[in-house]
Parts: sequence; structure tokens; C-alpha cells
Amino acid sequence: MDLASAKDLGAGIAVIALAGVGVGIGHIFAALVSSVARNPAARDRVFGLAILGFALTEAVALYALVIAFIILFV
Amino acid sequence: MAAGSGSIDALSQFELKPVLGSLGTELHFSQANLMMVIAGLLVMALMWLGARPRAMVPGRLQSAAEMAYETVMSMCLDTIGPEGKAFFPFVFTLFFFILFGNLLGIWTYNFTFTSHIAVTLALSLLVFVLVTFVALRIHGLHFFSYFMPAGVPVALAPLLIPIEILSYLSRIISLSVRLFANMMAGHVMLEVFAAFVIMLGGAGLLGIVPAALSFSVNVALIGFELLVACLQAYVFAILTCIYLHDAVHLH
Repeated sequence: MDLASAKDLGAGIAVIALAGVGVGIGHIFAALVSSVARNPAARDRVFGLAILGFALTEAVALYALVIAFIILFV
Repeated sequence: MAAGSGSIDALSQFELKPVLGSLGTELHFSQANLMMVIAGLLVMALMWLGARPRAMVPGRLQSAAEMAYETVMSMCLDTIGPEGKAFFPFVFTLFFFILFGNLLGIWTYNFTFTSHIAVTLALSLLVFVLVTFVALRIHGLHFFSYFMPAGVPVALAPLLIPIEILSYLSRIISLSVRLFANMMAGHVMLEVFAAFVIMLGGAGLLGIVPAALSFSVNVALIGFELLVACLQAYVFAILTCIYLHDAVHLH
């Protein structure tokens, strides 16, 4: 295998991490929906926490993306 | 850019070029520096023009300035506690500098300075040094008990202390890479879909429909980028507040 195709494969493998991130973001919003359904009054406080958790989880996806970019372009 | 040649050149948009003619070249004043100056001036203009009328019933600009002040103030007080008032100017500056940098970067032809790791790393190092300095100032050498929480069996110490120190130090990387990767990934996505539009649109009649589709994806992405720009500025500020809370209260 030559270097260019190995790089393409490596970048593809690096973004497998997105599967875990998808599960994580799904969990966060599932928990948000069920907690707002139980206690609609808590919506404002819980929503901020959910967005914070979403941003922290999304960052993991972007780490994988950055690794893929480093493999491809650097 | 360079879409006609068949390959997508997504990263050349982050190249730094000197601006303002020969003076800029002499001073190595790049478009990132220019955007930082503009962002700083805009924040100052918002606060100065917003605070000038001092009306009982605020106008639009004054409401915006008051809302900005109250949002960050409540963020500081809720997260850090009553001591948060002392850190309000720092958190406010950080939040609005990053927010204006992110938002200005969405504008066409503008450069996003937060999409450079050098900028975000400098910001997160500033936060890290400040947090450590505050903790040492308040608690003195007692601060190092932060790495060994109370109530943990002594037998766990050789395992726990390295982990705690590592997680304390990794804040620098996670804080900077999060902001940088979010902004960079967003702009790369915009660039890739814009290149799709040009490539497919040039491919003849059959390419018109997919080109229109990728164009509408790009429009939706701009909206998403607006959300991400505000969210990442908020996350940076709230994490700074959480770290300051740890520094003031030690767990």
C-alpha cells in the first residue's frame, strides 16, 4: 500500500470516534426530553446544562476531525 | 477556491497574509491581528455607546449593553459564588472578545482569528495561569491538597495524584482545542460545500440539482455556525468560571 492511500484509510478510521459521540449526544438530549417532561418548570436550568454537555461532547467529535485533518493534510 | 481543478483546497482560507500595505508587511500585521483590533473596538463601542444615555427606560443599544452585562454577571455569580464579582471584568472581556471574533468570522471575506490554535492556546494559557495564581494567592500551599481530595484512602494516592495533576494540566489543551477545532471545522465544512456548488454547477445540466442542494446545505450551515459561534464563546466563559470556582473553593 502506498502512503497516499494509507493516509486516506487512516483518516477514515480516525473518524470512527464519531459513533461514540453520536451515542453521547443522543443520551444528552434524551435525558433533556425526559427531565423536561417530568418537570417542565425546570426547563431553563436544565437546558443550559444540556447545551453545555452537548458542547463538551461535540468537542470530542472535533478532536477526531482534527486528527483526520492532520493525517490528510499535514 | 481552486475548485475547478478537481481537488478541494479547504485549508488555504486559514493562511495569514499581511494587510494594510507595506506598513503591515513591515510590522507582520496580518488579517488576524486586524480582526482582533476590530473585535476589541466593537466591544468597546457597544459598551460605551450603550452606557452613554443612562436612560431609565433603555433604548435598543442600551438594552443590549445591559443584557450583556447582566448575562455575564449572573454567569459569574451563579458559578463562582459571591467571590465571582471580582472576576467579572476578566470573564466579560474573554466572552465578548471570543464572541465577536467568532461572529465576525462568519461574515464573507472576514478572517476568523479564533480558528488559529495559536490564538486559542494563548487565551487558555492566560486562563490557566490566572486560575493557578488565584488558587495559590487564596490558599497558599494548601492549594496542593486539590490533587488529593479529602476522604480518599492513602493507598490510592500514587494512582490518584498523577491522574488529578494530568487532568489539571490537560485543561489548557482541551480548552484551546475545543474552540479552535469548532471554528476550523465549521469553516472547512462551509468551504467544502461551496466547492461542491462550483464543481457540480460546472458539470452541466445534470449537476444543477445537486449543486442547488449543496447550496441549501451551505445556507443551513451558516445558521448552525451562528449557533456554534455563540455556544463556544459561552462554553469558554463558563468553563473559565468553573475553573475559577475550583480555584476559589478547592473542590
